[in-house]
Amino acid sequence: MKILVPFKSVLDPNEATAAGAAVSTPKSVINPFDEIAIEEALRVRERGEATEIVGVTIGPPAVDEQIRVALAMGVDRAIRIDEFRALDPYAVARILRAVVEKEAPHVVIMGKQAVDDDSNQVGQMLAGLLGWPQATFVSKIEFLGNKTRARCTRETDAGLEIVEVDLPAILTTDLRLNEPRYVSLPGLMRARRKPIEVLTCDQLGTSVRPLTTVLSVARPPRRSAGTRVESVEELITKLKQEAKVI
Amino acid sequence: MAESLILIEHDCQQVKRPSLHAITLARQLGGEYALLLLGHGLDGIAASLVSYGASAVVVADDPALAEPLADRYATVIAEAARKRGAKTILGTSSTFSKDILPRAAALLDAPMVTDVVAIEEMEGSISYRRPINAGSMLAMVKVEGERRLLTVRATAFELPAADAAPCPIKRFDFDAASLPNGIQFISREERKSDRPDLTEARVVVSGGRPLKDKETFERLVGGLADALGGAIGATRAAVDAGMAPNDYQIGQTGKVVAPELYIALGISGAIQHLAGIKDSRIIVAINKDPEAPIFKMATYALVGDLYQIVPQLIESIRRA
Repeated sequence: MKILVPFKSVLDPNEATAAGAAVSTPKSVINPFDEIAIEEALRVRERGEATEIVGVTIGPPAVDEQIRVALAMGVDRAIRIDEFRALDPYAVARILRAVVEKEAPHVVIMGKQAVDDDSNQVGQMLAGLLGWPQATFVSKIEFLGNKTRARCTRETDAGLEIVEVDLPAILTTDLRLNEPRYVSLPGLMRARRKPIEVLTCDQLGTSVRPLTTVLSVARPPRRSAGTRVESVEELITKLKQEAKVI
Repeated sequence: MAESLILIEHDCQQVKRPSLHAITLARQLGGEYALLLLGHGLDGIAASLVSYGASAVVVADDPALAEPLADRYATVIAEAARKRGAKTILGTSSTFSKDILPRAAALLDAPMVTDVVAIEEMEGSISYRRPINAGSMLAMVKVEGERRLLTVRATAFELPAADAAPCPIKRFDFDAASLPNGIQFISREERKSDRPDLTEARVVVSGGRPLKDKETFERLVGGLADALGGAIGATRAAVDAGMAPNDYQIGQTGKVVAPELYIALGISGAIQHLAGIKDSRIIVAINKDPEAPIFKMATYALVGDLYQIVPQLIESIRRA
């Protein structure tokens, strides 16, 4: 079985939101949900159920740094779609469709959303474009029926749901699927020898133009700190008389 | 006539109220809007929707739609959007809509905007405001093309009034036999709770890692929620530690709530969690650590040990 894992480089969400972020240069990392997807692919291979894991990302040469991390985790080879423009989820899904058609994986595992854009669209769009089944927000994956189906536990607003999807399929990962491994030094050494294939959209035979554009970005109004109360009695009084909420 | 088509979510018994908030955005867009209902055995639910000022309640009712399978639902939604000439197809931000609508967008060859909190007319076209980076920033997004799909943050739009003259209920006919068949529903965890739904509750009590275990969490967070008639929420850490089920998680990747009163017990205030609570009217934070970031946004802050404070709080409320 061949697994394709699309992943995105994002600014380190821990660093970007830390108090001192303004003075340090924010560093990029693999989107945490995609890192979970990579980890899951590795575990499937370690169970003897997959033979090859191909990673794919879209971006300028700078994202090679995150590709090396994916390769160091254990991804066999990687593809970078050379792209400098800001893309929207639908453009990304259309590029990934071309990659899927070229690579013909048995399953695509990817994060449910990128923590910078928070759109949560690409996996579902890719499944729609390909006409493949999808299981989103998964916290457990098992391959069944001689790897013709995947049984997935999904995290939904109403609780856990189990579905089975016929392969090939798109699976998008939720937080509790696994805990990604740390990159080891030997892994990093091996990663240097692994191939990164660089392709343009032209070479993939796809031309996409994003249909959504971010016009501006602003900070939302901040909530300011309120009152310190010293006791349960004072809190109850405030909630009753000032906030009138109980 | 260009119209909006609003996907309404239900649990087979009744409409999920947050999904009605998308109607308020459709009203702001102007023009007609229809409500779209998918499932099986929908007569009662359809009848409950006729007074929201829609041009019609469009009902796709078939045994093949008994479970919300993304491949089938997206196919039917895309077909309904095409037949009705709908320009904007919208649903409320929920795992249901987020699973299905992006797939429908691909079938319609249209872009999508997630988690819309406001719309604005700019340069003759509608732009959409949405939170990004765990709600730490707000982006203004312009969309090209005739058709677009949206998910709408329920907390950013009022519940619409149901006071219009009744509209017709129209059956949407489609070829059920030709629907995709690649996803099979196996089971759903059924958990009965007498507490209100987290996203609809007037009061939400949430707990973090210091609650230790499931029993303590239930005793303190559950006990306070029950004293106030509220719902229970949790941080990612508490869910990861097995103290609370996954659907209690509030934040960037969980639910977004905006109750009248939000009480945070032992929650330090990671930005990912704050993203899900910051529109609450009153936020009470109880935490041992006086430097906890949540105190920077709490309406009322109480520094102390929750193992002492919460039982006192429960008792005082019960006595009152």
